[in-house]
Amino acid sequence: MIALEWVTVRSGGFSLRNVSFEIPTGGYGVLMGKTGSGKTTILEAICGLRTLDEGTVRLAGNDVTRQRPGDRGIGYVPQDRALFQTMTVRENLSFAPSILGWTRNQMDDRVDELSALLRIAPLLDRSPGGLSGGEAQRVALGRALAARPKILLLDEPLSALDDETWEGMIDLLGEVRKATGVTVLHVTHRREEARRLADRVLILADGAVRAAAPADLQEQPK
Amino acid sequence: MSREDRPFIVALSILGGAYVVLILAMVLANAQYVTRKGLVGFGTPEIQFAIWFSLLTSSISALVSTVIAVPLGYLMSRTEFRGKRLLDAVLDIPIVLPPLVIGLSLLILFQSWPGRMFQKHVLEVTFERPSVVLAQFAVACAFAVRAMKITFDQMTPRSEQVAMTLGCTWQQAFVRVVLPEARRGILAAFAIAWARSFGEFGPVLVFSGATRMKTEVLSTTVFLELSVGRIEAAAAVSLFMVVIAMGVLLVLRFLGPAEAVGRTVRP
Repeated sequence: MIALEWVTVRSGGFSLRNVSFEIPTGGYGVLMGKTGSGKTTILEAICGLRTLDEGTVRLAGNDVTRQRPGDRGIGYVPQDRALFQTMTVRENLSFAPSILGWTRNQMDDRVDELSALLRIAPLLDRSPGGLSGGEAQRVALGRALAARPKILLLDEPLSALDDETWEGMIDLLGEVRKATGVTVLHVTHRREEARRLADRVLILADGAVRAAAPADLQEQPK
Repeated sequence: MSREDRPFIVALSILGGAYVVLILAMVLANAQYVTRKGLVGFGTPEIQFAIWFSLLTSSISALVSTVIAVPLGYLMSRTEFRGKRLLDAVLDIPIVLPPLVIGLSLLILFQSWPGRMFQKHVLEVTFERPSVVLAQFAVACAFAVRAMKITFDQMTPRSEQVAMTLGCTWQQAFVRVVLPEARRGILAAFAIAWARSFGEFGPVLVFSGATRMKTEVLSTTVFLELSVGRIEAAAAVSLFMVVIAMGVLLVLRFLGPAEAVGRTVRP
C-alpha cells in the first residue's frame, strides 16, 4: 500500500499542497499531470529523496516519513533510468542484493529469475552504455525489483520508446505486476498508458491530486 | 559554411591563430636554443637531483591535492549551506593571488606562533624539503578542487539517489557509484594538480629557497642557471619542462572532465 496523507512540499516558487491519496496493496496507480506539475516531486517524496514540509508517507502500512530511502523497501526507476555506467547489466541487477548482504548464490539466482522475467539474459555481461532505450528500461526495472521491494515507483518509464517497444513494455509491466504482486505508482502524461495499466488514476493539477476512474480519462484534460 | 560566413570565420581564425603561433614560436625558439652543451648539463648531479625531486614533490602534492579535492568538490557540488558562495570565493584565492604572495603568506604563517610551535614539535618546514610540497600543494589543490567540482556538477545526482533507494547509505553510494563514475575526472584533477605543481616557481622560491641538492626543483633550476649565465642549460631544462607539460596536457585532452562524465550525463 502507498498512502500519502496531507503532504506538502515547497521548493522555491513551486509547491504541492495537502496531497493525499492511497494505492491499495498490489494495486497499480497511475499519476498523471502536465510537465512541471510536480509528478516527479511526489515520487521523490515517497522515496525519501525530498524532505516533506508537512504530512505523512505510509508504505505497506508503516509510517516511513522519517526513514532514509534505503529502509523504505522501494524500487525506483527514474525517468533517465540512471543505470550505473561503470557496472555491467549483471552488476546493476545484483547491486541492491549485494548492499543488503545476500550471498553470491542468492544473488545469482535472483539475477537469473529477473533476466528470465524481463527477457534480458543476453544482455547480462554488457555495459549499460550500449543498450537501446527498451533494453535499458528493462534493466532499470530489473535493478529496482532485485531486492523484492513491496513498492515500485516508475517515473515516465515508457517515454521516448517507439510504438512497438512501448507496446512490449506495457505487456511486460502487466507480467511483472502479476509475477511479483508489487504495488506500483507509475507517473506518465500519456492517457493510453493509464487506460492500459491503471486500476487507480490520479490527476495532479495546480499542486493538488484528485482521483479519476481509468474509464473517465477521455474527458480529462491532458 | 556559406560564402557570406567565410570572412567571419577567417577573421576569427586569424585572431585566434595569432596566439597559437606565439605559443609554438616560443617553444620552437626554446628548442633552437638548446645546444649539446646544454643537454650535457642534464648529467650534472644538481640537475639530476632537481629532476627527481620535481617529479617526487609534484606527485606527492598532486596526490594530496586530489585526496582533498574529491570530497571538497563533491560537497561544493551536491550540498547547499550558508556561506557557500563565500567559501567558493575563498577556494579561488590561490588561483587569483600572485604566486609570490602565496609563498610570502606561507613564510609568514610558519613564522607565526602556531607555525613555530608546529615546526618545533612536529616537522621543520620552512626552507626544508616539506616546504616544497606545501608550496606546490597550496596552489595546485585549488585547481584540483575546481576540476572536481566541475566533474560532479556534470554528473547527474540520480545515480547516487537511486543507489540510496536501493539500500545504500550516502557514504556507500559515494564509494560504490559516484567515485567509479567520476574516475576520469579524478584522474584529470590529479593531472591538473601535477602540472601546476611541476611548474610552480614563485611560492617555492620564497618559501623553500633555491638551495641546490636540497630544495631545488626544475623551475628553480631554470632560475639558478639563468642567474649564473648558463642560458643553454636553462633552455634545455625549460624544453624538458615543456615536453613534460605537453604530455600531461595530452592526457588531459583525452581524460578531461566533460568527456569523463559525458556518458553519465546523457540518459
